[in-house]
Amino acid sequence: MSFLHVDDLHVHFVTDRGSVRAVNGMHFRLERGETLGIVGESGSGKSVTAMAIMGLLPMPPAVIPSGRILYEGHDLLTHTAAKRRSIRGNRVSMIFQDPMTSLNPFLRVSRQLTEVLEVHKGLSRKDALRRVIAMLERVGIPSAAQRVHSYPHEFSGGMRQRVMIAMSLLCEPDLLIADEPTTALDVTIQAQILELLNELKHERGMATILITHDLGVVAGATDNVVVMYGGQRMEHSSTANVFRSPCHPYTQGLLKSVPRLGRTGERDKLYCIPGLPPVLTASAKGCPFAERCDRVQAVCSEEMPGDTSQEPGHEVYCHAHATEAAS
Amino acid sequence: MSNTLLDVRGLKMHFPITRGVLFERQVGVVKAVDGLTFDIREGETLGLVGESGCGKSTTGRAILQLHRPTEGRVIYRGQDLTRLTHQQMRSYRRQLQIIFQDPYASLNPRMTIGSIIGEPIGEHGLASGTEKEDRVYELMRLVGLNPDFARRYPHEFSGGQRQRIGIARALALEPDFIVCDEPVSALDVSIQAQVVNLLDELRERLGLTYLFIAHDLATVEHISDRVAVMYLGRIAELAPCDELYRNPKHPYTRALISAIPIPDPEVEAKRRRVILRGEVPSPLDPPVGCLFHTRCPIAQSLCSQEAPMLEDHGQGHLVACHFPEG
Repeated sequence: MSFLHVDDLHVHFVTDRGSVRAVNGMHFRLERGETLGIVGESGSGKSVTAMAIMGLLPMPPAVIPSGRILYEGHDLLTHTAAKRRSIRGNRVSMIFQDPMTSLNPFLRVSRQLTEVLEVHKGLSRKDALRRVIAMLERVGIPSAAQRVHSYPHEFSGGMRQRVMIAMSLLCEPDLLIADEPTTALDVTIQAQILELLNELKHERGMATILITHDLGVVAGATDNVVVMYGGQRMEHSSTANVFRSPCHPYTQGLLKSVPRLGRTGERDKLYCIPGLPPVLTASAKGCPFAERCDRVQAVCSEEMPGDTSQEPGHEVYCHAHATEAAS
Repeated sequence: MSNTLLDVRGLKMHFPITRGVLFERQVGVVKAVDGLTFDIREGETLGLVGESGCGKSTTGRAILQLHRPTEGRVIYRGQDLTRLTHQQMRSYRRQLQIIFQDPYASLNPRMTIGSIIGEPIGEHGLASGTEKEDRVYELMRLVGLNPDFARRYPHEFSGGQRQRIGIARALALEPDFIVCDEPVSALDVSIQAQVVNLLDELRERLGLTYLFIAHDLATVEHISDRVAVMYLGRIAELAPCDELYRNPKHPYTRALISAIPIPDPEVEAKRRRVILRGEVPSPLDPPVGCLFHTRCPIAQSLCSQEAPMLEDHGQGHLVACHFPEG
């Protein structure tokens, strides 16, 4: 039994103009002490997957027509709202992308953070405050005992993100979902935060899902990677595999299109994946990447391929990969 | 060596902080940009990098006189822009343009993209009627947009396409010089490459000069000829691109470069990071001496007393540090 097992998850959004298939058959397992990276562009379904695990999707418009999210063997989707609430923020918690909008501007940081411990652990305000200050120090906020009484706007962006991280770690969760935790931050602060998450993982055996579009962050901080496009998995393997021998044309294109430090010689053109991100309407069929793919075949726009990889532990969903491997 | 297009001398941009409603009094000053001296040569791309709040966008705006500088000169083809009246500046705006960071906020949602791109042409009386329309279509083709879309509105376009609209508008007046203020940071990875390539292509075809402002050092390395690193409103290091990345001399530049994640797990596992402690100090109350000494891993007592000057260490490699490395 895996610690977390997302099994063939589908999430659709029903709108007046038809339904949108945001996530189509998401599938992965995650063990304690492991970090899974989910990579993809806007609209690839990575954040929706996270929200589904957290039970934070607004329903309606969202519907989950099929799939299971097994947390220690129990399907989170069948839990009552009260049961989910007792898990959320307590054993499973999330760092949101935008620290500017995810904190309540009207409440002091102390109030927002102690609340978590009062609700989940039943601590008194005073004991909670002591724990909060210790955690803020842990995430590197200087003179935490004074700063804890400030309002969110009195912190800089990097500090606010640390407050968010402290909040998500207060109950010592078993599973942390970090949705673009460092996107809004500068590189030097990003390095600090990734270092901190790594320490916590080793210290406490916390399982982490790291959602990002930054391939550099994925390379440095994850054990396994799911590459998503248009709500589907494209490639899924260990981080070393995906970067050393990427098999899917989308993964390959993505890796080639990022400018790397230490370019050599002439100023080359960056590799471009042509075209635009897909529209995920219900009528769309076949592989969502077909329109932009340089190895597209007739079958691609008809049918979404299954796992076409021969290699165990390296899943690739691509018709072209199957034909090339066969020949 | 090519000619200097823009010469920036001792540029300062200070914003006063005031208290009180009726009797406003000044209680402090934010030194967003505090004494920049550099030049931009014709046909080059000068990259300007730094963390948020270091004053890189303010520098771009002060050069274009969108903020009137507190002090210093901005000399464009022999003319000091800071001495021009608003009316005189208008004619220079044809030659000096800007591309903004956020393609969602910088386009008027109530205008069709044809009128967004055509507006500067009409405003400066360069063309009208069908002549103007033809020019708009030509610009759209130039940046890779289908001219049939001229009657559509910005919300119908994706981020990358909107950035192309912003680029077309900036090009409408056939400028010499464009400030690109984080033009790709709001875009998806696969779209960033498209826009970076487009900018580079246009520079070659139209003989443009760019000031390319970004916080992403890898993109800046890709597109720039020379790079300036800013910290708290001053230049820490300025050097030709290859030289800066291969042989960074300022400890801040070294830390910045080592903090960039590299998309290769094997390299990542072996790398040693210089992790800077703390945060950028507030520009309201900057440190005495070298601005970086509070976070610098090699700071000595001199650093907290005396600010280092930006000095040439050979081959146009300028560094502001008492103890440059390498």
